[in-house]
Amino acid sequence: MEANITAKKQTPAKTSFDLFQFFYKYGTIITIIALIIIFSLANPAFIQGNNIVNILRSISIVTIIAIGITISLTVDGFDLSVGSVASLSNAIVISMFVWFSQNTFVAIISAIAAALIVGILNSIMIVKMRIPDMLMTLATMFIIQGTALTYTKGATVSQNMVLPDGTMAEGLISPFFSKIGQVPWIILIMVVVVLVVHIFLTYTKHGRYMYVIGGNKEAARLSGIPVNKYKVAAYLLSALFAAIGGIVLASRVMTSEINSGAPYLMDSVAAAFIGFSVLGAGKPNAFGTFVGAVLIGILANGLVMMSVPYYAMDIVKGTVLAFALAITYYKQK
Amino acid sequence: MTTLKMKNVSIEFPGVKALNMVDFSVESGKTHALIGANGAGKSTLMKVLSGAYDHYTGEISMDGQPMTIRSPKSAMDSGIQIVYQEVDTALIPYLTVGENIMLMDTVHNMGKKQWVNWKNLHSKAAAILSEMNVTLPTKKLVSELTLAEKQMVLIARAVSKDCRFLILDEPTAPLSHTETSELFRIVQELKRRDVGIIFISHRLPEIFDICDDITIMRNGEVVETQSISDTDQNKVVEYMLGQKLGEQFPQKSMTMGNTVLEVKGLTDKEKIKDLSIYVRAGEIVGIAGLVGAGKTEFCKALFGAGGKLLAGEVKINGKRVSVKNPFEAVKNGLALVPEERRKEGILVYESVESNLTVANLGLFSKELSFLDRKKEKLVAKAVINRLGIKTPSEETKVQNLSGGNQQKVAIGKWLVAEADVYIFDEPTKGVDVGAKKDIFNLIAELASRGKAIIYASSEASEIIGITNRVYCLYDGKSVKELETNSTNEEELLFYSTGGR
Repeated sequence: MEANITAKKQTPAKTSFDLFQFFYKYGTIITIIALIIIFSLANPAFIQGNNIVNILRSISIVTIIAIGITISLTVDGFDLSVGSVASLSNAIVISMFVWFSQNTFVAIISAIAAALIVGILNSIMIVKMRIPDMLMTLATMFIIQGTALTYTKGATVSQNMVLPDGTMAEGLISPFFSKIGQVPWIILIMVVVVLVVHIFLTYTKHGRYMYVIGGNKEAARLSGIPVNKYKVAAYLLSALFAAIGGIVLASRVMTSEINSGAPYLMDSVAAAFIGFSVLGAGKPNAFGTFVGAVLIGILANGLVMMSVPYYAMDIVKGTVLAFALAITYYKQK
Repeated sequence: MTTLKMKNVSIEFPGVKALNMVDFSVESGKTHALIGANGAGKSTLMKVLSGAYDHYTGEISMDGQPMTIRSPKSAMDSGIQIVYQEVDTALIPYLTVGENIMLMDTVHNMGKKQWVNWKNLHSKAAAILSEMNVTLPTKKLVSELTLAEKQMVLIARAVSKDCRFLILDEPTAPLSHTETSELFRIVQELKRRDVGIIFISHRLPEIFDICDDITIMRNGEVVETQSISDTDQNKVVEYMLGQKLGEQFPQKSMTMGNTVLEVKGLTDKEKIKDLSIYVRAGEIVGIAGLVGAGKTEFCKALFGAGGKLLAGEVKINGKRVSVKNPFEAVKNGLALVPEERRKEGILVYESVESNLTVANLGLFSKELSFLDRKKEKLVAKAVINRLGIKTPSEETKVQNLSGGNQQKVAIGKWLVAEADVYIFDEPTKGVDVGAKKDIFNLIAELASRGKAIIYASSEASEIIGITNRVYCLYDGKSVKELETNSTNEEELLFYSTGGR
């Protein structure tokens, strides 16, 4: 009799628990599928190959930058400076071609080098001065935004632009460089970045160490893991991926707009946090981040097709981010 | 005299029945001990009583009057107060002692008043403190207090309101000897004022010192309630475990090899002064001393995890080594099982497997640092078996294990890492008697395999029971070196309290 009562009481508690688990694990993927069905019913053009390539192309820069954020999240950090680092590397790469007539190799290397300097700045201030990650990178975000603006003198850099002394810029962007931002290369770069980082985080010693540091910094230190080195590495990597994002962006638009990387910050943060829950990982992970970016990309694309004005898009994206955060933190409770 | 009764109390959490038809009753003006192994349900029962849970079944009554306790506020209104073990969770560090003591008053009794009367607040707080015979300036910031003083503040807060029953959840665990006797004095004081005290502790001797009654729990049920004078320590342990304990400490090994670790003149910026010790292979060396004597600081300094070192040299197997940080320490064959297990020893959100392999992942890496998952799993399973870690599988997250099993995981990772010198800092803190025995056996086994072992503890009985040789620490200095066989607890305590 008593056993009966216990069994009865346990059942409802158990199913509601499992239901949350199920939606936690598969919620993002179910949402994506549901969105695809809804948008396709609303507008059959949505599901056509053309549009799918379109979506993948539109999310590739977000994904690459979000992967950087993901790496900083694994060590329990948070790199907010990725948007302005992308702006900076965009500006440097284009200016190398246009202002200084350099070749592709020099242009890309200079952009990456500049980003790594930012990464070093971030990590030294965080590791040595012990400034909380989010606050330091917030400061860096402003510094680098200003640096990029100062470097371009507040102007858009493009081929044949008029220089301050009245002459025309003579440098040309190399045809090879312009390929990077086009299909299929832009999509391939994204896929490779996701795969490499996924393998790195999941299957190597270094990835494991990063998660361990993120899980319990003190325990990691007392287990003999060089915590500071890995934190520095994480910020260098996140700056590197932000730079790659900026370079791809440069190739896609072939100019350097003011603050061109800034809009990617929020999308990337959202993608990384949506990624926490994908397939029940419960921690930052590369594959989840990609799925998060897909979700945001589909939403944006579908809503535009349904004639939602672009200026209302941030409401939707912000809501999705809030929802993803709610799920992640509710789970941790 | 008031009697507080709990009847047929049961509570469930997803998948676990934490309390099963528990009956429990206390009388005011008495100290009632509540004891049981880790996970027996003591804390859960007290949380029910203090209103932390609202989904339990059963009845609570005071003097036969049924009460509804479903929130902390309703418990407090009925005069039931609790002081949790983690004092920091209940205090606001950047407010003063006075503000913290009067917090309940400020929150609940202000009514329509909008302005804080500082003079009134501090004089009220001071009155409560002087009633307890505690001298603490009420304008001091709580962040500047010691652990014991923080506890006093919490007790003062509890009695600032009408307090008929006070629950103390393992209050003595972090306290030093003198601080503990200070606490006991206050407990006696409260008893005289007809407050009923429920006292949770793992330390049997102190329970027999100050308690009148005892209730023993096991697996979410009450197994025995009796007057303390009708029982003794062995019987209590038997009830806790459901079986006889037998000899707690393993046989000491007497064969010792060469000196493995030699520390000379270790001095750090704050605590450690000119400490020199040596440990031979197969030897267990105790570091005795009261809480605050510098044991933890010494263990950490030796492992490169403490404050800045000003002087001193460390030799391992005769070779001088640098241990500027834990990374170097591990490379040189040192291993530390730290005192603050949850904070420093384990990764609660990771699986048992990743916890066990984390200190020596190099062993499981293939080319390009790729991990050998199969080997990891195999080794993890072997360690789980060897240490008797009670876990559903090697993939279970460590946060789901009990305290004793978490400690085994914290030790287990260094077995995988194969160090030469093992440093244990209070390894039995918060661990129940059964798991304690396993940990002692494990340490003895390490010694018999020729490892050098440092065992730091403020429990004199453990030092006597397991070590071969012991250094007594007082105020960061080693005041005496003793052969364990020719000393006793009294002598240890004498030197630990600064006697010479």
